[in-house]
Amino acid sequence: MTKVDDRFAELRAQNRKGLVPFVTAGDPDLDTMVEMIRRFDRLGCAVCEVGIPYSDPIADGPVIQASYTRALEKKVQLKEIFRRLAEVAPEVDIPVVTMVSYAIVFRHGPEQFLKDAIAAGVSGAIIPDLLVDDAGPMVELCKRYDFALIQLVTPTTSEERALGIAETTTGFLYYVSVTGITGERTELPAVLTERLQWLKGQTDLPVCIGFGISQAEQVKHVSGIADGAIVGSAIVRRLAEAKSPSDLDDVEHYVGSLVEALK
Amino acid sequence: MSNSVRSPEDFVQVPDARGRFGDFGGRFVPETLTQALEQLEAEYESACVDPDFQAELGELLRDFVARPCPLYFARRLTEKCGGAQIWFKREDTNHTGAHKINNTVGQALLTLRMGKSRVIAETGAGQHGVATATACARFGLPCVVYMGEEDVRRQAPNVRTMRLMGAEVQPVVTGSRTLRDAINEAMRDWMSSVEDTHYIIGSVVGPHPFPRIVRDFQSVIGRETITQCQQRLSRLPDLVIACVGGGSNAAGMFYPFTPHTEVRLLGVEAGGRGASAGDHASPLTYGEPGVLHGSYSYVMQDEDGQTCDVHSASAGLDYPGVGPEHSFWKDSGRVEYTTCEDKEALAAVEVMARTEGILPALETAHAIAEAIKIAPSMSQDQVVVVCLSGRGEKDAAEISRLRGEI
Repeated sequence: MTKVDDRFAELRAQNRKGLVPFVTAGDPDLDTMVEMIRRFDRLGCAVCEVGIPYSDPIADGPVIQASYTRALEKKVQLKEIFRRLAEVAPEVDIPVVTMVSYAIVFRHGPEQFLKDAIAAGVSGAIIPDLLVDDAGPMVELCKRYDFALIQLVTPTTSEERALGIAETTTGFLYYVSVTGITGERTELPAVLTERLQWLKGQTDLPVCIGFGISQAEQVKHVSGIADGAIVGSAIVRRLAEAKSPSDLDDVEHYVGSLVEALK
Repeated sequence: MSNSVRSPEDFVQVPDARGRFGDFGGRFVPETLTQALEQLEAEYESACVDPDFQAELGELLRDFVARPCPLYFARRLTEKCGGAQIWFKREDTNHTGAHKINNTVGQALLTLRMGKSRVIAETGAGQHGVATATACARFGLPCVVYMGEEDVRRQAPNVRTMRLMGAEVQPVVTGSRTLRDAINEAMRDWMSSVEDTHYIIGSVVGPHPFPRIVRDFQSVIGRETITQCQQRLSRLPDLVIACVGGGSNAAGMFYPFTPHTEVRLLGVEAGGRGASAGDHASPLTYGEPGVLHGSYSYVMQDEDGQTCDVHSASAGLDYPGVGPEHSFWKDSGRVEYTTCEDKEALAAVEVMARTEGILPALETAHAIAEAIKIAPSMSQDQVVVVCLSGRGEKDAAEISRLRGEI
């Protein structure tokens, strides 16, 4: 059982839902990443998702994409990201998982990546471009290292595939709300509830919903049908606009309002 | 895998069911695209054995694209080089002036077959964009072409042509504003539009089944060349040369030759300004295996897995990755790869224009430069075939600009 599994088991026992906020490593800087992890922890968020900047992120919308570009312009590197995560890990309870392209995992070597991530106190990874069909060796490695491999199910995923994905996923299932890229949206598809109900009927894994979620209303809606809500672009956008420490307070306040919506 | 001995059949029977050419290829994309890729794979399989589809494609290639294109003996260039006979496979005589149309008419037919009503594409030099816009106009399909802002500038004539054909040209302002970013944007569009849109990818890159489909549609180049060599020369060539960016004209030319192990195959990458990182676009020569744009292949990456910026004077070769089948051919030793610098390619454009009265595309000029270099060291009874992948009118203005600079 990874720290992520434990966290959702705990939430379930208390009949609570989780908020999964996202922060880009290195945008505006790594100090902000560390500071936001502390604040997410204090707010009682379930899991923190740390985006590892990548030069060619095809699943990401303009906000996260631009954020990755800014981070890479500042030459942020995986080694330094892990060093800073290791620093903050002993201070917080919140499990940290990385959102990372397989291009990066492959370049480091999957096993080396896991070792370095674990040494940095990271509990799991979402590798959006590693499909279940090719994930076999990674699934085995993650099992061996007790590292959560959070896989995605999307509206275009067949039921048969979804079952296969659920079988090899640990931590939680990442349900993508829309056929599209990351980014804030005012409306979520109507069929979401139906699809979620089916999925929840097939697996005991916690299911969190992401893509397009930014408002307290949506978070409330999503928590009615799933175990948690993932919020990325809305936080990244606010952090990018942050000019002073008091602006970070505003971001914290915003995330706090989403946590409240789950109660 | 590398240096393993392979039999001629090994090169014909790739990719495998998982889209792998040896270790290369595969499918590294977000889950959202899986269904569309599986649908494309299934439709393509059925189209391959559907005589009606094949007949329609054959008719389009003959009457719309104007195939077969000639195999042309470059007498004056051969005399000037003083060695092997140099022949050109004239893909520049195709409708829209390059080999790209071979693939786009095929994929446009697949679009209709899948019942999809919209097409997107990426383009570097604009040749694939023009070929896609043209095929879409022919079938009344709405078409959006993503093109890096830098390429919109240096390939302006093609932008105008695409717009005349009714396509929407979407300038891409992210990253290096070239082909790689255009592919990213096209993929992002597809992530949201996948249910009614087909992505006509222009090279032998991307997730399975694209590298196979594009290779197959382009293989008409190599098949015709083999037939024409047998008819005209009663033999196969000693050496076949093609330029390699993503690698579609080279894949189409080389693939039918791969079982003929007596024929030497040579791919020419963009050597740009030189061998330093960032000065060239030669992943097979200087890169390492990695993942980019949905496929495992040689790529220019830094130690962290970030794709490097690359350079070539030719927009069509200005790409940090390469098709997985080329990686397979490189590691197995079946195809050799070398590089040609910007200035050599520019010089070859002029030699070709003034010696043969043919203005080649700057991309193609990389292959011609290599032929000019090698032919003198070969004997007069030997035969070199160069894939003349595209014509150079699109580059005329950019070449004048570069000649003042280089």
